[in-house]
Amino acid sequence: MDGLNIPLNHILLVSSLLFAIGMLGLMIRRNIIFILMSLEVMLNAAALAFVAAGAHWEQPDGQVVFMLILTVAAAEVAVGLGLVLQVQKRFKTLDMDHANRMQG
Amino acid sequence: MSETIWVIPLIPLLSSVMLMLFGSRLKITHIGFLGVASVGISALLTLVLAVEFMQNQQIIQESLWTWMEVAGFAPGISFYFDGLTLVMMSVITGVGFLIHLFSTEFMEKDPSYARYFAYLNMFVAAMLVLVMADNLLLLYLGWEGVGVCSYLLVGFWYQHNANGQAARKAFIVTRIGDTAMALGLLLLFTELGTLDIQAMVGAANQTWQIGDSIPLIACLLIICGAVGKSAQLPLHTWLPDAMAGPTPVSALIHAATMVTAGVYLIARTHGLFLLAPTAMTVVAVIGIATSLMAAFTALMQTDIKRILAYSTISQIGYMFLALGVGAWSAGIFHLMTHAFFKALLFLGSGAIIHCLHHEHNIFKMGGLRTRMPVTFWSFMIGSAALAALPMTSGFFSKDQILLQAYQLPDLGPGLWMAGLLGALLTAIYSFRLVFVVFFGEANTEPDKDTGWRMAVPLSVLCFLAMIGGYFMIPVAEVFPASDGSHPAHWVEYVSISVPLVGLLVAYLVFFNRRLNIDGLANSTVGKSLGNFWLSGWGIDWLYDHLFVRPYYGLANLLKSEPVDGIYGLIVALNQTFNHWLSAAQSGRMRWYLASMVAGLIILITLAANLPTGVLQ
Repeated sequence: MDGLNIPLNHILLVSSLLFAIGMLGLMIRRNIIFILMSLEVMLNAAALAFVAAGAHWEQPDGQVVFMLILTVAAAEVAVGLGLVLQVQKRFKTLDMDHANRMQG
Repeated sequence: MSETIWVIPLIPLLSSVMLMLFGSRLKITHIGFLGVASVGISALLTLVLAVEFMQNQQIIQESLWTWMEVAGFAPGISFYFDGLTLVMMSVITGVGFLIHLFSTEFMEKDPSYARYFAYLNMFVAAMLVLVMADNLLLLYLGWEGVGVCSYLLVGFWYQHNANGQAARKAFIVTRIGDTAMALGLLLLFTELGTLDIQAMVGAANQTWQIGDSIPLIACLLIICGAVGKSAQLPLHTWLPDAMAGPTPVSALIHAATMVTAGVYLIARTHGLFLLAPTAMTVVAVIGIATSLMAAFTALMQTDIKRILAYSTISQIGYMFLALGVGAWSAGIFHLMTHAFFKALLFLGSGAIIHCLHHEHNIFKMGGLRTRMPVTFWSFMIGSAALAALPMTSGFFSKDQILLQAYQLPDLGPGLWMAGLLGALLTAIYSFRLVFVVFFGEANTEPDKDTGWRMAVPLSVLCFLAMIGGYFMIPVAEVFPASDGSHPAHWVEYVSISVPLVGLLVAYLVFFNRRLNIDGLANSTVGKSLGNFWLSGWGIDWLYDHLFVRPYYGLANLLKSEPVDGIYGLIVALNQTFNHWLSAAQSGRMRWYLASMVAGLIILITLAANLPTGVLQ
């Protein structure tokens, strides 16, 4: 293939870096909005790895899965934002740690 | 009369039930009348029966109904009546009636008057069932019945803890023997297929030879039962403590009737014992050992009732000796005369205790001869009979036992000499009691003399204790005849003179004090020996340390439930883990995530560091 020829390793490195950033965000942020955003980052990190792999082995599957992930992410954001609205309504806050009433 | 002998135990039983149900509503005179009259009627019926029996010598066997029937085991509520039964019934109802009469005055001031007579009547009924039973199971019913009544009456004044303790001791110690006896009955039934005494003895004679081991084991187990009930070594410790009960109870149960049940049992099953000569030797040795041990102990006691209790143990030892040497009728004869004179002595001591504000210590009495003449003469006659002075009832019976013991080959002379030593001690301790209590300085003033209800039984028993030796007990048909030979004359003379020597010793030491034993008693050896005897040869101490305390220790250990502790540990472990794990369920998403990530990292690190080839 022509064009930019970035080694797969580099892309995977970026992808795992993104994934780690997302996960870190998930772990340390309390605000639900930021958590959702971190989730988005993680999904995209995975998607990036798929696309890169697809490009490397010259297979369309990577892009197919990317489409799937995109759809899932959209659906997740729709549901997630709905939940965020409900949380805001009920608890008057977006802090996740205050919404732990189901603690066992 | 001969068709309805079951009425005799039924009447006291009915009276007992009535007193239990309505006792609290009856007047005191009615209670006393009911209690005494029921036994009196039984005594009269027994008398009628005795007269009939003397005329026709007829053995009565009477079956009322089948008690239970399981796989060929069908003991009946059935009675058997022969000469031996007659002797026992006469003692139980006759002496029992006198003691009931005595009780009406002795217990007059007691608030539980009805309860007392209910128990006492129940005892008479149970004891009658014991001696009239045709099979060993019904006998065992009566056996346990008298045990229960003994327990109830020893602990009659249950408000004092010590009395309850004594009652429990009496019950538990005899229960040890009873358990062995139950095993003996089971063995006999499995081997012979019946518990009817006559059929069983017949079957035993056909099945076994003399000296076989199974009859020996059965006899030893029966001996255990008899030893427990009759307070012989090593199960005698309950009897001195049983004196915690009212004194008439001691007279009836713990001197005249119940404690001789063991003697009756062995005499009743003598056909079995004849098959096991070793068992008979065991009986004789137990008897003589107990007799000597108790006589030494009685020498040192200061409580009037404990002296009599140990003397009872000692005299029953003589009966066991008689049974062991095959002098069956002599043993039963001594049982009867002993019932007369020991009941007399106990009732006499009851009169003293009654009139001296419940004083038990003989050294605090003294000088009662002139102030309580009836009691004094009762004691004189009772002690003379107990010591076997010539012409009293005890003389005839004890003499027979000693002479027949002498004739036993091998062991005979040894047993005879030990028996003589016992007789000497008996004379010393019984007259020590008389001299200390009735002569010398007066230490306490009696506040009253005996009333007629006490005096009459005492006088009748005095009469019986004097002439009881001339009775001919009709047991010739029951037991195998002895060979009738007599030992040399000197043996007889020695047997007669030994109690007189004992009387002389007691006279010199305790009456005119010509013989001073203070020096001997205060020396180190004398003192320690005296204390040893006073404590009953330390047997109570021994049992206390050997059985009672370890048992308490074990009970204390088990009180904290160590086995439950193991399961408690499992529970505690579960709860701890539950604590830890439920703490992990904090509900904080970020914590969950962090721990997931941490776990994942650990897993991946582990997997990466595994040696190659493991994951394939």
